[in-house]
Amino acid sequence: MGSDGRVYLDYNASAPLKPGVKAAVVAALDLVGNPSSVHGHGRAVRRAVEDARAKVAALAGAAPTRAVFTAGGTEANNLALRGFPGRRPIVSAVEHDSVLAAVPDAPRIPVDSQGRADLDALERLLAGGGPALVSLMLVNNETGVIQPVAEAARIAHAHGALLHCDAVQAAGRLPLALADLGADLLTLSAHKIGGPAGVGALLLGEGVEPEPLLRGGGQERRRRAGTENLLGIVGFGAAAALAAEDVAAAPDRAALRDSLEMRALDAVPVARVMGAGAARVGTVSCLALPGASGETQVMALDLAGIAVSAGSACSSGKVKASHVLRAMGADDSLAGSALRISLGWGSTAEDVGRFLAAWIAMARRLGLAQ
Amino acid sequence: MNSPLNSLGFSKPAKDTRVVVAMSGGVDSSVTAALLREEGYDVVGVTLQLYDHGLAVQKPGACCAGQDIYDARQVADRIGIPHYVLDYESRFGQDVIDDFADTYLRGETPIPCVRCNQRVKFRDLLNTARDLGAEALATGHYVRRLGGERGAELHRAVDPARDQSYFLFATTQEQLDFLRFPLGGLTKPETRALAERYGLEVAAKPDSQDICFVPDGSYADVVAKLRPGAIEPGEIVHVDGRVLGRHEGIVHYTVGQRKGLGIGGIKGEGEPLFVIGLDAPARRVVVGPRRQLARARVLVREVNWLGPALDAGEELAVEVKLRSAQPPAAATLRLTDGDGAVVTLAEPQYGVAPGQACVVYRGDRVLGGGWIAGAEA
Repeated sequence: MGSDGRVYLDYNASAPLKPGVKAAVVAALDLVGNPSSVHGHGRAVRRAVEDARAKVAALAGAAPTRAVFTAGGTEANNLALRGFPGRRPIVSAVEHDSVLAAVPDAPRIPVDSQGRADLDALERLLAGGGPALVSLMLVNNETGVIQPVAEAARIAHAHGALLHCDAVQAAGRLPLALADLGADLLTLSAHKIGGPAGVGALLLGEGVEPEPLLRGGGQERRRRAGTENLLGIVGFGAAAALAAEDVAAAPDRAALRDSLEMRALDAVPVARVMGAGAARVGTVSCLALPGASGETQVMALDLAGIAVSAGSACSSGKVKASHVLRAMGADDSLAGSALRISLGWGSTAEDVGRFLAAWIAMARRLGLAQ
Repeated sequence: MNSPLNSLGFSKPAKDTRVVVAMSGGVDSSVTAALLREEGYDVVGVTLQLYDHGLAVQKPGACCAGQDIYDARQVADRIGIPHYVLDYESRFGQDVIDDFADTYLRGETPIPCVRCNQRVKFRDLLNTARDLGAEALATGHYVRRLGGERGAELHRAVDPARDQSYFLFATTQEQLDFLRFPLGGLTKPETRALAERYGLEVAAKPDSQDICFVPDGSYADVVAKLRPGAIEPGEIVHVDGRVLGRHEGIVHYTVGQRKGLGIGGIKGEGEPLFVIGLDAPARRVVVGPRRQLARARVLVREVNWLGPALDAGEELAVEVKLRSAQPPAAATLRLTDGDGAVVTLAEPQYGVAPGQACVVYRGDRVLGGGWIAGAEA
């Protein structure tokens, strides 16, 4: 619960900055200079950037030289998807908009009713075409469903394809290793793990080199021009170093989430947990309340001091129906009734209790529960 | 102990009364929100995204918010209330814009603002307000809601130049009970002065003109875009049977219209010509001298009745408005079986256009209204 008495359960949108990250960023505010400069100031700044790079690369078991800093997960996904013009992209139907919109014409791998990618369909999409680039997220942002990335990578590699994995919602929730996943490219974002918004990274497997999106100076080994976002990068490094503690706390958090779902379904039997039949990370619950629009639920809960989300919000705050839930076969009314509750490093049992009290009271007011 | 009634008519303190304000981004609804906020109500601002602003201004891809939504958010931030944008694009498209196009193609002249109030704001938004635990939905309409012996009554605004009661005739009693119109007792200059006092950036914003989704006033272009190929040319025919010329589609005409007929005068006839009728199946525009426009009886459909209980066949002396800009005219009204009515005018009226509203008054009170289905001499 925040100091203002409001409950924040929207970590998948953006996690609160961790105190350790804040301290690192505040210290970095005193650094002077451009990391590309020759002088001592420049070298000191460069050291801070490279130190952060090593931490971010280590988060996914990559060599430091294989991490490219970007302005966030969206840019990293765009760099991955548009950085290989000779390859035909194939993406899962439940990817984030920054993947889907980067390659709007790419064929989509369907998912089953629990949100898991259909790997037989991937086989078929790969067969008989030119060299491909497959993009499959590790953890879905709306449902928390874990995708079979390692298996998809094996299939992709057997067809000479590369595999990109958007792991933005997996970092800090699951142990990550580029090699175990078999990913050739992996996207990370700082603000989903308690770092600052506006900084992300694309990790590159050995021998994998995307064409840069931004041209200019030779920063990031010529992979991404532009003076480095020092404060963001230092914060990202600090958050990456702290992510292991979240992974260690995952079982406790999953227990909290499970109790939330159990108590919610107990009080409101018409409710449904989307993707409950698949393996999920323990920090997310996609809770549908048929008969109530997600949009209305988010507003009603906000007025009760609880921050959660529905679907994905665009810049005006208007809510769109979820393409993820539609891909899982949910009709418009079920997809439009879903709420996403996401927990993280600061979440407590009290937060969950307050959410449940407000959500159950709302369901009763709407005539959807006794 | 019961608290005294607050200004919205509830017997509890303002701070415990949640009220949703429909905020369009204009000065009227902004002042409505600010007034209620100042009185201490638990005010929640809601702005409806009704159509794709990018499409309306021919710039597709301008994601989501137009200037009006931006303005509404600024005002909400300024006065310190929560504010939400609701995506009503698809229902506005079906319930208002499609109806607009189809009404024109039937040879009638629609009023989409009434449909929007009836089918979007006072139905779906009102339900959302209830779902949010609100006790009332307030809008910036210039109209008064007064407590009567049998529930709330709808009355004309104090400022006759601003009165919007014509556009609210379809408000049902149940909706009216939930609605509040805090500006009904104010004049526009008073509203603007309040906006200044509250420091709202929209204080000097011009009034919205015309229909929101037809920014340049070209109704026919909008219809042509919505119903490609449906606008067909045809003949312009005099009431006496003579063919006087051709037209590019009946959607370009309204009953009572004089200018822009494109046929000039007729030699030897001193009288100017008016559109007397539109025959959609025959694609004909029928024109004639003004006297041919005179109508003494008006047939009304989809009547919403807010007035005293009236048996079918019973006659009631009333005043009616057959166009928004026309003064009320004396008439007698008789409700017919189903939801129709027959209005007999004391003096013939000119330019009674099917598709427009016939709104029934007695003094300042709105007794109801319906859509003009037809009229007889």
